Amino acid sequence: MSMMDSHTQPAAVRARGIVKSFGTGDTQVTVLRGIDLDIHLGEMLLLVGESGGGKTTLLSAIAGILDIDEGAIDVMGVPLSALPAGKRTTFRGQTMGFIYQQFNLLPALTAAENVAVPLLIQKVGRPEALRRARAMLDRVGLSDRAEFLPKNLSGGQQQRVAIARALVNEPRLLICDEPTAALDGLNGQKIMELLREVGRSPDRCVVVVTHDSRIFHFGDRMARLTDGRIVSIEPIAREGTA
Amino acid sequence: MNYVALKMLFGDRAKYLMLLCGLTFAVMLIVQQGSIFWGLMIWSQSSISNLNVPIWVTDPGISQVDEVKPIADTAVDRVRSVPGVEWAVPLYKGLLRARLSNGEYHQITLTGLESSTLIGRPAEILEGRFEDILQPDAVALDQWAVKRMGGPTVIKIGTIFELNDKLARVVAIAKTQKSFTNIPVVYTTYERAIRYVPRERRTLSYVLAKAKDGVPVEEVTRRIHEQTGLGAFTAEEFGWKTIWWVLKNTGIGTNFGTTILLGFIVGMAIAGQTFYLFTVENLRQFGALKAMGASTFALSRMILLQAFTVGLTGYGVGIGLATVFGFLTARSGGFPFIETWQLLLLVLVALLAICTFSALISIIKLARLEPGIVFR
Repeated sequence: MSMMDSHTQPAAVRARGIVKSFGTGDTQVTVLRGIDLDIHLGEMLLLVGESGGGKTTLLSAIAGILDIDEGAIDVMGVPLSALPAGKRTTFRGQTMGFIYQQFNLLPALTAAENVAVPLLIQKVGRPEALRRARAMLDRVGLSDRAEFLPKNLSGGQQQRVAIARALVNEPRLLICDEPTAALDGLNGQKIMELLREVGRSPDRCVVVVTHDSRIFHFGDRMARLTDGRIVSIEPIAREGTA
Repeated sequence: MNYVALKMLFGDRAKYLMLLCGLTFAVMLIVQQGSIFWGLMIWSQSSISNLNVPIWVTDPGISQVDEVKPIADTAVDRVRSVPGVEWAVPLYKGLLRARLSNGEYHQITLTGLESSTLIGRPAEILEGRFEDILQPDAVALDQWAVKRMGGPTVIKIGTIFELNDKLARVVAIAKTQKSFTNIPVVYTTYERAIRYVPRERRTLSYVLAKAKDGVPVEEVTRRIHEQTGLGAFTAEEFGWKTIWWVLKNTGIGTNFGTTILLGFIVGMAIAGQTFYLFTVENLRQFGALKAMGASTFALSRMILLQAFTVGLTGYGVGIGLATVFGFLTARSGGFPFIETWQLLLLVLVALLAICTFSALISIIKLARLEPGIVFR
């Protein structure tokens, strides 16, 4: 099923005919079955659906982490799926930010050092990287926790650090995998509010994989995946909007 | 990213210490055993180094310095006649039993030096005057003889003992390098040594010689061999000949080699396993770094930096501990422990091999790592 929309500006992420299978022969499982999807700058798209529906696989494919079997993915006009692995990694580091379910902070690094990691990967000098990391922690309300190790932070605080880390190099595509799954309801709401406030911007698009219905209202559109296909893409009605 | 790599390494203190301990133990074991082995090898040729002469001439079939094969007395003159030889003197070397006044017997190595020059005399004298061995019945001992034959209260300047029922009076005590067999050395003149030992048809053990200035010592040994038919060796050649004989005919090489290999394997196993575990436990973190744009090359560099940092720290600590052990046990010269730069270099190469091996296992794991692991 083809699911494109009627936005006037070109898509920041453009996926066409994505097919991905795992295994071979009798054990082969096709996880994505011809996905077409456009994601635009300035929007937050939620990818929802039942477990095993292909959400995370699609997210990995959009991030260039997973090779696809068929189709093409363009990100910011770059044919990501056609790039060799090394260039894809570099492109990912320069263009994308990631927020994970399990935070994946480096336990030996302080909050500020964790946030600085994407900049260090981009070969920004350590003093400058730490300065920018502290500024980003300030934006997510954790300036007083900059020198704390992850183990001394609460789950919500760790996810805030992860958000700061994902945003520190000003990515144009922010990829979030179940960002509230490891948090309680209140913290989940706070994190999504923060993502909307800090993560969304006119020159960035945010893709969130989730099956937490309590946070659906934070998205601009919602794409529903079932059995490897997008079965619907709908705008999310918000109070005060049509 | 070097900073991140080092913080990750030092952050997991338990694993870091385990890695450090494994590598330190491996280095210490290899250096300690290697130094003792080399100390023993140096001791095995101490009969050569203690006499400190450049050319040794003897029976061509000789295997090692302590296996004396007497040659004809005329050998001295024949060697002297070889062009390029500056001087040549006789040396007696043989085993004998000493009988002390208290009735104890001790096996000794009797060394007879040419009386007019005393060539081959020990360089350092601890007590008395070495020249006094020219006096009637006079002998000099090395410090190990004093120790082995009853200590300084029994053996001192003026002590009289018997060698083959003939009197010997101690006039000097010399400092020498301990020998492999630790048999006390008694020095006297060549002529008196011949009188001490039972009569044999051939009594000359070695001819000691020196090349004239400007003539290569190897060239002179070659000429001596060609013109006299005797075996002629530089001190270095004879030393190595002795070492090879010991290695071939005793289990020392195999024994120490096994221990050193064990140290290497244990070090490699501990380091490899711990490092691999360290990587596996941090796979999600490495996956996250990979997702954030860190290349496999960058991650490999991080792993190598971690491996070599802990490796070189272990190298330093291991060598330090082995050196302290050597200093405490061998400072009096009574324990074979010789730490050479060649050994330290070899251990460094072995350690780098261990670190590279450990890092490679982890790098292979990381190279195969799908960054998508962070989404699971």
